[in-house]
Amino acid sequence: MPERPDVFYEVSTARMDVVEKPLSAWEKLYDNGAIRKTALLIILAAAWELYARWLGNPLLVPTFSATVGALFASIASGALPQAAVYTISMLLKGYVAGLAIAALLTAFATGTRIGADLLETLTAMFNPLPSIALLPLALVWFGLGAGSVIFVLIHAVLWAVALNTFAGFRSVSPTWKMVGQNYGLSRTGYIARILIPGAFPSILTGLKVGWAFAWRTLIAAELVFGVSSGSGGLGWFIFERKNQLLIADVFAGLLTVILFGLLVENLIFKTIENRTVRRWGMQT
Amino acid sequence: METAPLLSVEGVTLRYRTKEHLVTATYRISFQLYQSDRFVVLGPSGCGKSTLLKAVGGYIQPTEGRIRLNNTDVTSPGPDRVFVFQEFDQLLPWKTVKENIVFALTASGKLPRPQAEERAMHYIAKVNLTEFALSYPHTLSGGMKQRVAIARAMAMEPQILLMDEPFAALDALTRTKMQEELLQLWDETKFTVLFVTHSIPEAIRIGNRILLMSAHPGQVRAELNSSGADAARIHELLFGASNHA
Repeated sequence: MPERPDVFYEVSTARMDVVEKPLSAWEKLYDNGAIRKTALLIILAAAWELYARWLGNPLLVPTFSATVGALFASIASGALPQAAVYTISMLLKGYVAGLAIAALLTAFATGTRIGADLLETLTAMFNPLPSIALLPLALVWFGLGAGSVIFVLIHAVLWAVALNTFAGFRSVSPTWKMVGQNYGLSRTGYIARILIPGAFPSILTGLKVGWAFAWRTLIAAELVFGVSSGSGGLGWFIFERKNQLLIADVFAGLLTVILFGLLVENLIFKTIENRTVRRWGMQT
Repeated sequence: METAPLLSVEGVTLRYRTKEHLVTATYRISFQLYQSDRFVVLGPSGCGKSTLLKAVGGYIQPTEGRIRLNNTDVTSPGPDRVFVFQEFDQLLPWKTVKENIVFALTASGKLPRPQAEERAMHYIAKVNLTEFALSYPHTLSGGMKQRVAIARAMAMEPQILLMDEPFAALDALTRTKMQEELLQLWDETKFTVLFVTHSIPEAIRIGNRILLMSAHPGQVRAELNSSGADAARIHELLFGASNHA
């Protein structure tokens, strides 16, 4: 091994090309996911328009412009907003009822061992059962009307929310439990201030999955029978316009379903997520 | 130092149940803590020292013997004995640094909110984290999280701080720095602390009094003053002469 002296170097950034340089406007634009996706949507819409024009059969595929036209016409006539309001109000009723029952069931499951067994067994049985499969039975029990739809919606929401919430409660860190006890929290204080925020990532997942299930189930249910006491929802709107061979209106109805789905899933839930679990670093 | 002990642990045996066995974690442990003690419980992994600390915290009831704080039996967890855990997740991630401390003070009914905020900021300044008061815990390093946990515990101004290997998950440099800071804080406020560790150098550094515990099930091997304590001798007491290199 040769003898080596200590060596010292000067460090300097003077000869480096880049230490820190702002990105170009184009690079910044391309880094923005929303802009990339908007560009994709524009391309898809253009492709749709071109294909429909080339096909030239508005009974099979109306053009994009015709669909947008039908959408605005239906909005202007009030038919589409009315259908949308009906669907949303139905959905909210079912969703809230589902959440309430899920809360009761989860409370029972968290409090007692037999409750936990009950929840696990019921979830294992009913979670794989698509809600829409219960519709025929619901029609027998509750008749042709809102009752049947809400019953099916509750089934769609209940299991996903209860299961996720309960799993979230179970996975709350034992250290947080000890911290809560250490500062003398009461049982209700512990549930409100440690258990629920601690399980919030799972609860939110449950709410999202429950909402998605409910939305799909409701549109499907309305397609099967939408009419009750003179008003129908979006699914009924689509079904009815198909019978009248107003295919552009059918597309407009589908577009509305997509838009509402996107709005709730990507705007409302995304906002909640950004303000809670992401900000807290509980989900990456 | 007052003459009456602040905390007295009298012949405490702790047992817990696993699926198949009843396990004795510690056997007839006795010691006393006085006001402003930095009392370290030192022992090898699995000697039941953390279990013992949890019993002092009130999370576990002794099967034999008693634990008394100011001549009152310890029966449940309470804000007069505040824990600092080893785990970084002891901070609540949905609350900022400041809110974590305010939460502790208000949940325990110690202070109303305005005063709690004031005191929280005071203790955050004490651990040099003022500029991070509004940060969420996940943005902090491990050492900073532990400093927040210490600030939270100290803000409660408890009778005793219970520290369960609070620096064990830190890197060596941070660990040394945190030990210095803890001693500095002690110089300022003279709190009483019961500190559990398995590191001999840490015990000698932190403590003024050291309780040595033998391996599973834990029994008291010796109780020493740390001034003049010799690491080699402690090692010998803990592991026997044959193991000592």
